[in-house]
Amino acid sequence: MWAMIVKEFRQLRRDRRTLAMMIVLPVLLLVIFGYAARFNISRISTVVVGPQAEQVAAHLHLPFQVVEIDPDAGSSVAALRLRDGKAVVAVVTGSSPIQFLMDGTQLFAVQTAESALGHMVQTAKANGIRVPPIAVRILYNPRLITSWVLVPGLCGLILVFIGTLITSLGVVRERQAGTLEQLAVTPLRPWDVIAGKIAPYLLVAAVDLVVIVGVGIILFHVPFIGSVATFGLGAALFLLVTLGMGILVSTVSQNQGQAIQLAFMVMLPQILLSGLIFPVSSMAVGVRWIAYVLPLTYFIDISRGVMLKDTPIGALWQPLLWLSVLAVVVLGSAILRFRRDLAPSARVGKAPAATAEQVAA
Amino acid sequence: MTWGLESASVRFGQTTALQDVTVATEPSTVTVVVGGDGAGKSTCLRALVGLVALSAGEARRPPKREIGYVPAVGGLYPDLTVDENLAFSGGAYGRKGAGSYATSSAILERIGLADARSLLGGQLSGGMQRKLALAMALLHEPALLVLDEPTTGIDPVSRFEMWRMISRSAAGGAAVIVSTTYVDEAQRASSVLLLEQGRAIAMGSPFSIIEAIPGKLGVVSSPAQPAGLSWRWGKSWRLWAPSGALPDGVEPLRPGFEDAVVIASMAGQQEVQLDAGTR
Repeated sequence: MWAMIVKEFRQLRRDRRTLAMMIVLPVLLLVIFGYAARFNISRISTVVVGPQAEQVAAHLHLPFQVVEIDPDAGSSVAALRLRDGKAVVAVVTGSSPIQFLMDGTQLFAVQTAESALGHMVQTAKANGIRVPPIAVRILYNPRLITSWVLVPGLCGLILVFIGTLITSLGVVRERQAGTLEQLAVTPLRPWDVIAGKIAPYLLVAAVDLVVIVGVGIILFHVPFIGSVATFGLGAALFLLVTLGMGILVSTVSQNQGQAIQLAFMVMLPQILLSGLIFPVSSMAVGVRWIAYVLPLTYFIDISRGVMLKDTPIGALWQPLLWLSVLAVVVLGSAILRFRRDLAPSARVGKAPAATAEQVAA
Repeated sequence: MTWGLESASVRFGQTTALQDVTVATEPSTVTVVVGGDGAGKSTCLRALVGLVALSAGEARRPPKREIGYVPAVGGLYPDLTVDENLAFSGGAYGRKGAGSYATSSAILERIGLADARSLLGGQLSGGMQRKLALAMALLHEPALLVLDEPTTGIDPVSRFEMWRMISRSAAGGAAVIVSTTYVDEAQRASSVLLLEQGRAIAMGSPFSIIEAIPGKLGVVSSPAQPAGLSWRWGKSWRLWAPSGALPDGVEPLRPGFEDAVVIASMAGQQEVQLDAGTR
């Protein structure tokens, strides 16, 4: 038995990545998620509109964080702010009762807002202050159904799964079988190989996306009220990023085991830090930046916005832009690394071999 | 047109995998690269097809569409059928349709895989897998056929069939370069490169390599001194005298190709030791 134990430790010592996963990762995850995994919301972005906007805004305090006061605007502008994701709560003054519009796609924020509002009213009454009548109206997800909020995010998660894990396995399988090397000798250009490798996964993922959205709509009655084209654009950009991540993972993995390990390391933060489960706004500032470099964060903004709120493309320019930037950076570096594997003799500057080949050709 | 390496060297970091190696192959000829494990055979062939960059020297090779290459490991998709493997290989070289199918059928017939067309690559035996990999490399009728240890680990009958395919391809006009660890296979070649520790220790036709061996060869009944210059051959021992002076009573022997390979290796080692001594 002792020989077995020694052998196992020796193998483990050589497998640095598994060792890192066993020791470093749990600590890292505990620290990150300790700061990130919070359901309680401390700040809720709020706009106040209508003739008494200034006075009402003066009475609002945290968690309501007033980001805009517009005495000239009415309830339609307030609803637009919620639709475009500029605020979670919009207070419409000027008529009785004062309307508190809330974005039902932000489950935890709405729950926090409702209880904070109730608490504010009670405290005011207890202090003998007259409180004007208040009406709360929840838009986009009036019954605060969890599946309505989860399904658009899960679409993204499944695309991450296909794009990153399945793609990386597909490429690593080729490397392990020794066929990647053979491809480098064929007349297929690196671009042919990369595009040929990615296209089937892109297609499968696209079909999968349609199926998931369809199942969400049929089984969970999740609404899809926005533009299919905007959703498609966001999904396509997002898929390019995840496929790029898959190829990047494969270029630094020698076998399928390593690829799975690394793909999970890439996927886990996306599950927990993208706003899929825990709201990004409730995360500690120190870890919140991680959410903003994860593509799923932006895809969730787009999918929830389009499916549940009919957010137009103009209001989603930021997540679309960031997804485009990520697509260029991630897919670009993935292609460069993959190209290096496929055109090895081009690696050493102006290789004499290349010159001779030109002469021979 | 002659393809090959000219004074080629390959370095991986601090390690020299190939040092000043020259090898050439012409249309309708078979060149064999012989050497033990780690001698630099694969590096030599990989450098020739452009998978490894040279740190010095020159590689002459035709355009990629005219190269057929079988790596030492794999060379086929285990999760595709025999037919699908051939279809992919044909497609990668721009051979499609009925013509390509007819060519692949003819090749499969020749290598005895005609009944295995619908089997997965991974379901084939080791020998059949190597045959399929060779068939995939032959499908586009390459001008330069580069085969890295195509016969290692397969049974003697399959080895014989593989060599028949290799010879046939050379007869059809291809320049073929094959690496092997089996000395007997080298005798089939029109020229042989003998590699040891990344250096060429002999190059030429099997006959010229035999002719060029220095010293004399003799037969003795027990291991002779000095150690390292004799080796067992059946019930007797072979003794190499680098100076040409065999000890008294030792019967001289005309060396065969395998003797020549052993002697070239011994001479190469002595040279390496001398080099190290003078440094």
